[in-house]
Amino acid sequence: MAQAEAHTEARQHPIRLYLVVWGWLFVLSACSYLVDYFGLVGYLRWSLILTFMMLKAGLIVAVFMHMAWERLALTYAILVPPLVLLVFAGIMVFESEHTLFTRVFYFAAGS
Amino acid sequence: MNEVLPSAAHKEAAASAGLPGLVSDWASDRRAFKDVSWGKAMMWVFLLSDTFVFATFLISYMTARMSTTIVWPNPSEVFALEVAGHHFPLLLIAIMTFVLISSSGMMAMAVHFGYRRDRRTTAILMLLTALLGAAFVGMQAFEWSKLISEGVRPWGNPWGAEQFGASFFMITGFHGTHVTIGVIFLLIIARKVWRGDFDDGRRGFFTSRRGHYEIVEIAGLYWHFVDLVWVFIFALFYLW
Repeated sequence: MAQAEAHTEARQHPIRLYLVVWGWLFVLSACSYLVDYFGLVGYLRWSLILTFMMLKAGLIVAVFMHMAWERLALTYAILVPPLVLLVFAGIMVFESEHTLFTRVFYFAAGS
Repeated sequence: MNEVLPSAAHKEAAASAGLPGLVSDWASDRRAFKDVSWGKAMMWVFLLSDTFVFATFLISYMTARMSTTIVWPNPSEVFALEVAGHHFPLLLIAIMTFVLISSSGMMAMAVHFGYRRDRRTTAILMLLTALLGAAFVGMQAFEWSKLISEGVRPWGNPWGAEQFGASFFMITGFHGTHVTIGVIFLLIIARKVWRGDFDDGRRGFFTSRRGHYEIVEIAGLYWHFVDLVWVFIFALFYLW
């Protein structure tokens, strides 16, 4: 229990920090909404959407979920495994391009 | 729990930080997560597994969308609303995003006041969080009934690729279920905080163990995760 109390002391961040992060999340969400509102397309749209998405996710995990103040042993155990999802997504991009190719090649021409 | 941790290990944890600390924490025959209680570590592990569940949904949606030869319905138009004669793309989704972010901000402050043992403020902030979460679920129910009345089904829709309905109901439905469970979880913990269970050491009816204000942070982790998943759904499903 003594450890939990010591832990408590370490968790005291000024309330201002949470309000600032909250404000930034609002701004970033508004920005990603504006991307759609102004109908941006192509690589510009994609890079903006993904940038805003990663910034928001980073703020939530680091500050709201306190990951920035955890020991690296926990941080790495939680944040490294999801990286394999990028590999999975990459594999499925190849897979779906192949599927699309076979559909266009074998079905669209014949119909 | 924390009581059984030898004080020697505690001192050792304080000794090394950074990468050398990471290596020594994970070295043989030791407790890896040194200043994290089992409850918090287990919530993180659960959230990690949930990350994979949601990622699988999003990746299968990506595969369906990229491999279809039929045009995908434009989410910007499908989820548009008419307000006072004005046409707003994705308006309801944007409002839902702001509601969920606000609830997350409330929750972060609830955790802050929880560690200060300010039980009134903590309980009020948690109730506000739950209220915003319930509002989110309500708007989602509105969105679902609007789409269903327009003829969207898991096996087809009036605008294009049939997989649109299946992906939409699966992803938002699973997320909405998480929000609903989160609201219930928050209400239970808020009641305990309000009653002062963590100050007078009242034992839980289910576990018969004394609670601690850390449960507010653990509930917060779950809630922020729900918000985090929405960030990805918003970007990848609605804005693509």
